[in-house]
Amino acid sequence: MGEVIVVTSGKGGVGKTTTAANIGTGLAAQGKKVVLLDTDIGLRNLDVVMGLENRIVYDIVDIAQGHCKLKQGMIKDKRFPELYLIPAAQTKDKTSVTEEQTRAICNELKQEVDYVIVDCPAGIEQGFKNAIAGADRAIVVTNPEVSAVRDADRIIGLLEANGLREPQLVLNRVRPNMVRQGDMMSVDDILEILAIKLLGVIPDDDSIVISTNRGEPTVLDQQSKAGQAYRNIVQRLLGNDVPLMNLDVEEGFFAKLMKLFKGN
Amino acid sequence: MASFLQKLFGNDKASKELAKDRLKLVLIHDRASLSPAMMDNLRRDLVEVISRYMDFDEAALDVQMAEQESMTMLEVNIPVAGVKRNHGAEK
Repeated sequence: MGEVIVVTSGKGGVGKTTTAANIGTGLAAQGKKVVLLDTDIGLRNLDVVMGLENRIVYDIVDIAQGHCKLKQGMIKDKRFPELYLIPAAQTKDKTSVTEEQTRAICNELKQEVDYVIVDCPAGIEQGFKNAIAGADRAIVVTNPEVSAVRDADRIIGLLEANGLREPQLVLNRVRPNMVRQGDMMSVDDILEILAIKLLGVIPDDDSIVISTNRGEPTVLDQQSKAGQAYRNIVQRLLGNDVPLMNLDVEEGFFAKLMKLFKGN
Repeated sequence: MASFLQKLFGNDKASKELAKDRLKLVLIHDRASLSPAMMDNLRRDLVEVISRYMDFDEAALDVQMAEQESMTMLEVNIPVAGVKRNHGAEK
């Protein structure tokens, strides 16, 4: 029996889709069987982030309404044999799918794969309710900005009210230089405010823009810091204890030296 | 110009501290907000409990959430018409 993980945030544009794509691809790279489920009906994007936009025949609404079989709606990834995408519908609206239908799709997928990663739309309306309906656990994505953290707090409350206790946080777009100068909230600042468990921290990284341009998830880019951060998150999801990476290059080196000298 | 001078003389608070302070305040308010349905339930329960001890005009009972500096207060105002002296004897 697989696990359904919903990636949510409240606010738009904080990196939900990028996070869903990278976690899903990263899990597939570790040999897991994964389905990415885009529930952002009307504003689908997971297909272009994954570079699979040309392969779409059916979408989540077709599956929910029985126009095609579940297997027919699962688009095979180019890179991994056991990674699939179920795209959102682009021309319908969010009421085209109900909570019950989404839950049924998730439950059916769980029988077939190790992980179902659900990309949730922004907002707290029907699309959000649909996305969390079949979820076993939740990942909340936020940025170190007042608006994004405020919305994350609201989402955490709603997740808990819907039985998704202990959601985990992905803090995206951290800029270490600004944190050091006191002009950006640090990981600790945000954890103190949200009182939530941390899953990982993603540095603001040009490689995300470049890989999105190409339709290649950053998690596969061995040179990218953001890619490394996503690989660490994947390891944590698999139950491995991976320390937070040091986002600061220079300090990272000195910190390592200091550790050597201190003998720990 | 003012902010430039502040920076120049180094008495500018780090902007992340401002962000934190503002967030904490706004979250106190966000987290404390009850839905109208919950407010109605609270009001109904308050009427039930308080009417065991006092006589009052239910319509005049005023329940609201209020902000006071960094605290959220539940304010309940009840004009009391009289106290029930016999409450202890009911048990």
